[in-house]
Amino acid sequence: MSQIRNFSIIAHIDHGKSTLADRLIQFTMQVPDRIFRDQLLDTMDIERERGITIKSNTIALPYTARDGLTYQLNLIDTPGHVDFSYEVSRALAACEGVLLLVDASQGVEAQTVANLYLALEHDLAIIPVINKIDLPAADVDGVREQIRQELGLDAADAILCSAKEGLGIEEVLEAIVRRIPPPRGRLDAPLSALIFDAHYDTFRGTIVSTRVFDGRVAPGDTIRLLSTGHTYKVEEVGIFGLSREPRPELTAGMVGYLLAGIKTVSDTRIGDTVTLNDNPAPRPLPGFKEVKPVVFASVYPVAADDYQVLSEALEKYKLNDAALIYQKDSSAALGQGFRCGFLGLLHLEIVQERLEREFGQNLIMTVPGVQYRFLLSDGTAVTVDNPLHYPDPTRIRGGEEPYIRASILTPERFVGAVLKLGVERRGVNSRFHYPTPGRVEITFEMPLAEVIIDFYDRLKTVTQGYGSFDYELLNWRESDLVRLDILVNGEKLDALAMIVHRSRAREWAVRVCQRLKAEIPRQQFKIALQGAIGGQIIARETISAFRKDVTAKCYGGDITRKRKLLERQKAGKKRMKMVGSVEVPQSAFMAVLRSENE
Amino acid sequence: MSRESPGLYVHVPFCRGKCHYCDFYSVTSLSLVSAYLEALDKEAQLYQGRFGAFDTLYLGGGTPSLLEGPQLRALMDCLRRHFSFSPEAEITLEANPDDLNPEKLALLQDLGVNRLSLGVQSFDDAELRFLGRRHTARQAAQAPAWARAAGFHHLGVDLIYALPGQTEAGWRKNLAKVLEFLPEHLSCYQLTLSPDTPLGQRQARGEFALPTEETQRRLFLFTSRFLEDRGYLHYEVSNFARGRAFFSRHNLNYWRHAPYLGLGPAAHSFDGRRRWWNFASVAKYCSVVNSGRRPVAGKETLTPEQLRLEACLLGLRTREGLPLSALGSAARTPALGRLADAGLVQVRHGRLTPTREGLVLADRLPLWLAD
Repeated sequence: MSQIRNFSIIAHIDHGKSTLADRLIQFTMQVPDRIFRDQLLDTMDIERERGITIKSNTIALPYTARDGLTYQLNLIDTPGHVDFSYEVSRALAACEGVLLLVDASQGVEAQTVANLYLALEHDLAIIPVINKIDLPAADVDGVREQIRQELGLDAADAILCSAKEGLGIEEVLEAIVRRIPPPRGRLDAPLSALIFDAHYDTFRGTIVSTRVFDGRVAPGDTIRLLSTGHTYKVEEVGIFGLSREPRPELTAGMVGYLLAGIKTVSDTRIGDTVTLNDNPAPRPLPGFKEVKPVVFASVYPVAADDYQVLSEALEKYKLNDAALIYQKDSSAALGQGFRCGFLGLLHLEIVQERLEREFGQNLIMTVPGVQYRFLLSDGTAVTVDNPLHYPDPTRIRGGEEPYIRASILTPERFVGAVLKLGVERRGVNSRFHYPTPGRVEITFEMPLAEVIIDFYDRLKTVTQGYGSFDYELLNWRESDLVRLDILVNGEKLDALAMIVHRSRAREWAVRVCQRLKAEIPRQQFKIALQGAIGGQIIARETISAFRKDVTAKCYGGDITRKRKLLERQKAGKKRMKMVGSVEVPQSAFMAVLRSENE
Repeated sequence: MSRESPGLYVHVPFCRGKCHYCDFYSVTSLSLVSAYLEALDKEAQLYQGRFGAFDTLYLGGGTPSLLEGPQLRALMDCLRRHFSFSPEAEITLEANPDDLNPEKLALLQDLGVNRLSLGVQSFDDAELRFLGRRHTARQAAQAPAWARAAGFHHLGVDLIYALPGQTEAGWRKNLAKVLEFLPEHLSCYQLTLSPDTPLGQRQARGEFALPTEETQRRLFLFTSRFLEDRGYLHYEVSNFARGRAFFSRHNLNYWRHAPYLGLGPAAHSFDGRRRWWNFASVAKYCSVVNSGRRPVAGKETLTPEQLRLEACLLGLRTREGLPLSALGSAARTPALGRLADAGLVQVRHGRLTPTREGLVLADRLPLWLAD
């Protein structure tokens, strides 16, 4: 146990976490080039493209330190986005220390602060690492000062490195050995192991990533998952090398995997405790939570016949993503689909992209919303996460919506713009905190609904890319909520309905109508686009009819070209949905969601 | 090969100058005319015996009327040597007013040309200059008179309208003028500009704007009503005839999706299933033909689906429309009823026909009908 170190890297997006992980792996494992890919730990396409980690990966690095001893350094990778902060907290719970990575040119960002707090909650050893010191814009002294002032850490022994150039890697490894304490635990106590991640493997079922705190577990043991009470027979245990490496057992202090015929990832709970069925741990490990979705949207196949395919695709996707929840939904405009719950907007986008990419599904996703609570005149209360289930307005006595505390770190010169954005989004009780000269941390209390559509993009715009954002859920607050309907030639386009605060309804309605106007092709009749609350029209746009569309000449040499044009137009039409007699392209549904900057 | 009477098209790719709106293939150097005529003879030979008797011959271009008397004679001799024509074949020549004189017209009569298509375009000198035509309003008026005197009983005149700034009154003047000659056939084309023409480029630079869609629609409907009130049948989007006997049989052949053979550079051919097109270069055309090969630049074999689509897009340009059976499953879509309710199409005697309002939107109809 004294030669094990369990650690994680926490950083803001783009601060070089994946690159540092790659260098640590290359340095310790002599990875052959043909196996090594940049960002080895991030395996999914989307992660590579976006440069972020969605599913975390773990790897055991063998490192012979300057003291001559060989250590096993378990790098536990964490997802790098606020949507996944619970997953981050469970991964950190498996560690004794973290590398706090800060970009020498960007400095400390909101996410860095948030992740640091998580690390402090777990009482972890923290090693500040200043990365990208090779950049011309690097300001090592400035960043040191930030670390001292904003994070309250001793920056004197911060390690300087450039992961990209491979500078300072050995110093980082030495610091892990010397400054992070070895795990503690009792080998003879009942098994108590933390599930901090789970992956699905087509051949082996669920691969559980676990950190053993007490006791030992070996193939043949019958384990019990404390939250569900389900029991399984262990088939294999091992550690994460470049591939899975079986071991005879996992013992206290170790990080590794466990295979036990668990069918789907959803049968496991991140944060749950694994113990032995016949000698159980007296109490679960602390910190376990059921993750609850906060953002909801419906997905529909573009072609109604593809419902079954979508259903199977979701089922398959769900094997590897326990956080996604879904149930059947149906819409007059879009037919059969599913109502899904997500951890956040990024999670939603990831699910959408992965369904489209991996399962070849052409999807329409509706406007995302949050859960609302309505108090009804008969004294009962209902929770509604789907605008189609908005109660009869005459029976509503009051509404409530979830609030968050949003914290935004920005250079001081953008304070005005950020405040304006916050107020636009119904932010209240703004507070200022000046961690270092020139930088401000602004916190708002604001409705969650206000940040789920293009808030982050807008923040990036008004702060010229410098602003960073993090949030935590606060509570439910009273709110004057209405259902906004979008009508196309008098027919409700139910997929675009949304529950919205009365003060924001008109603005949203105008925006949706304008977006639809730009996307819906002209037809042989005029098309009226309207936004309405009940019977009251609050926004209107008109798409004029085609007045003339015919080419003057069509003779022997024109036919092929004309046919090809028509074939292209017909192909476009296949991706349309009929709403009454109006053809609405898939792109119209997407356009409604797109940020104003695009 | 299809049993339907095919049409023969010959592309004569020479012009004295390029009109500012024209995007047909032609060259203004006449030095290659004799090489072209020799190559054409060889190309005709390559297709000899592959098609039955042609019911129509259309000499188009380019400007076929600029060929000298002996060249025209050689061309006609060559075609009659390699192909057979039905006794009542329609033989059309496209002519520019400035190429015509009584002698040339007498020769054309002698060669068996029985239909003349006159590229008048306008009777207004300012409009003719804008379009880059080489003739004057006076020549434009002279040509039909001479043609009548030479004995042409099937005279077609081409006009262009919906010019920038053109009013209904201005266009009406052109129509009134052309009616003085009582042409059997009239083609009235709305000005359309492709970006690689001089006018297209001037338009892109914002030097002028074409009339709005609404104005184009109004002018189109006006033209249709004006000419129908005066005894013309509006039988295709841009074509009018003083009776069915004067429909352009050659062009109707295209719209009925019948086969045609095209000879000469850039000409397209269709045998009912395959379409192919020649190199759009006189030099390339000549060199390939001279090496004994067909000067085919590209070809395609149409799927049943593509054939249906073409039949639909072509048929819906004509007032005779197309049989419902040709629509396939589209005949059963609710779209058909909606288009009929909107007054764009009619279903009569098992045929789907566009109304006058429908013709204004003829390019949209197949799309709206598609299932």
